Amino acid sequence: MSGELEVTSARSLGEAYALLAQERPGLRVLAGGTDLMVQIAARLGLDQIGHVLDIWRVPELRGLELREGTLRIGALTTYGELIKSPLVHQALPALALVSREVGAWAIQNRGTLGGNVCNASPAGDTLPLLIAAGARLVLGGPRGERTVAADVFFLGYRKTALAKDELLLRIDLPALGAGERLTYRKVGTRRAQSISKTLIAIRATSRDGTLRGVRIAAGCVAPIPLRCKQAEAALEGKPIDAAVLAQARLGLEADIAPIDDIRSTAIYRRCVSGNVLERLVRGLAGME
Amino acid sequence: MKLTMTVNGEARTAEVAPLKRLLDVLREDLLLTGSKEGCGEGECGACSVVIDGQLVNACLVPACQVQGSAIVTVEGLAAQGPLGERLSDLQRSFIEHGGAQCGICTPGMVVAAQCHLDAGGASTDAVLREALAGNLCRCTGYQKIIESVQLAAQGAR
Repeated sequence: MSGELEVTSARSLGEAYALLAQERPGLRVLAGGTDLMVQIAARLGLDQIGHVLDIWRVPELRGLELREGTLRIGALTTYGELIKSPLVHQALPALALVSREVGAWAIQNRGTLGGNVCNASPAGDTLPLLIAAGARLVLGGPRGERTVAADVFFLGYRKTALAKDELLLRIDLPALGAGERLTYRKVGTRRAQSISKTLIAIRATSRDGTLRGVRIAAGCVAPIPLRCKQAEAALEGKPIDAAVLAQARLGLEADIAPIDDIRSTAIYRRCVSGNVLERLVRGLAGME
Repeated sequence: MKLTMTVNGEARTAEVAPLKRLLDVLREDLLLTGSKEGCGEGECGACSVVIDGQLVNACLVPACQVQGSAIVTVEGLAAQGPLGERLSDLQRSFIEHGGAQCGICTPGMVVAAQCHLDAGGASTDAVLREALAGNLCRCTGYQKIIESVQLAAQGAR
């Protein structure tokens, strides 16, 4: 099975770029394989895959460092590495926590943060966190490097700003400042191995019951992982009370566009997303 | 591609397609049928094996990504002695304490538990339940599996 697919296993970024420069039709990038191998085994959309570029052993895409207040995470960093990294716990502990909710250990040892981004599923568990955190995605290819903010990277259902000859190299995340927090909640059917029904993430600085620098993002409630600007605007700089919370819920309602599918219904997702937002905001504002 | 890897301490080679799943390489090319296929999607853990010290789902790993790696499968847990195979403490504990019923999840369950214990993981209820969260069992209700691992871990200390 799958013997017909041609594969190039790159051992360096240069080797990967050399293949990208050939602009082969239907090129698919293989990282940890936790999504693509399922697709290939099920023979789904194989006619759209012309050539596979395996980057698992490209050393330039591994590793993680905290430099000048920015956590720089190589695209091939696995969830397991994020969970165990003291730097992640120091700079953005929520990223370690959400990684622990992706699949279970065997998946966490293989699935990568870059893979979660490039697979671009609206249910990708880390994506709302990356958007709320203000992540910047460093893309590279034979034509050079550029940086795209996470909140404008996702263009449509499984469509991203990545060009055909580009790889995601790195995810840059601003570390939390004094008094700043990044928090999230995932709702799924069970704790491990579940695909989310909704996931909301918020980054904000909280003082005296008022939130500032509010960034909110949601997963599973639109064709893309979504920044929720109307909910943000309803909360920004206002003392949190019942009226403000109600406005934030209305804002979120307007931001999101959930659907009925195999995992949940639109109405459930709307209701629970609002509840989760309210709970997260109350927590940030010190109301519970 | 010519795949060369170490499986349960032995150098093995196979001529395989680069995207052939490690699970199929083990079962079809190396005739190691202990690793099972449950879901083929990384949900059930029946194909759990250890690659270079890390627990993985063999159904999600392509051959091209294990070139030169060291793999441990359930067949590698029993020790070869002068009198034949001797099951590991953990395997015997599963038998003695009812950790195995229909048996389909058992190879993956034992491999995942052994990997956890070998990494120095604790054997409290909560820790074990998280360590084995990716291994689904439809028979035991998990309690006897957890007890089997705990009793083996205690016996080993």
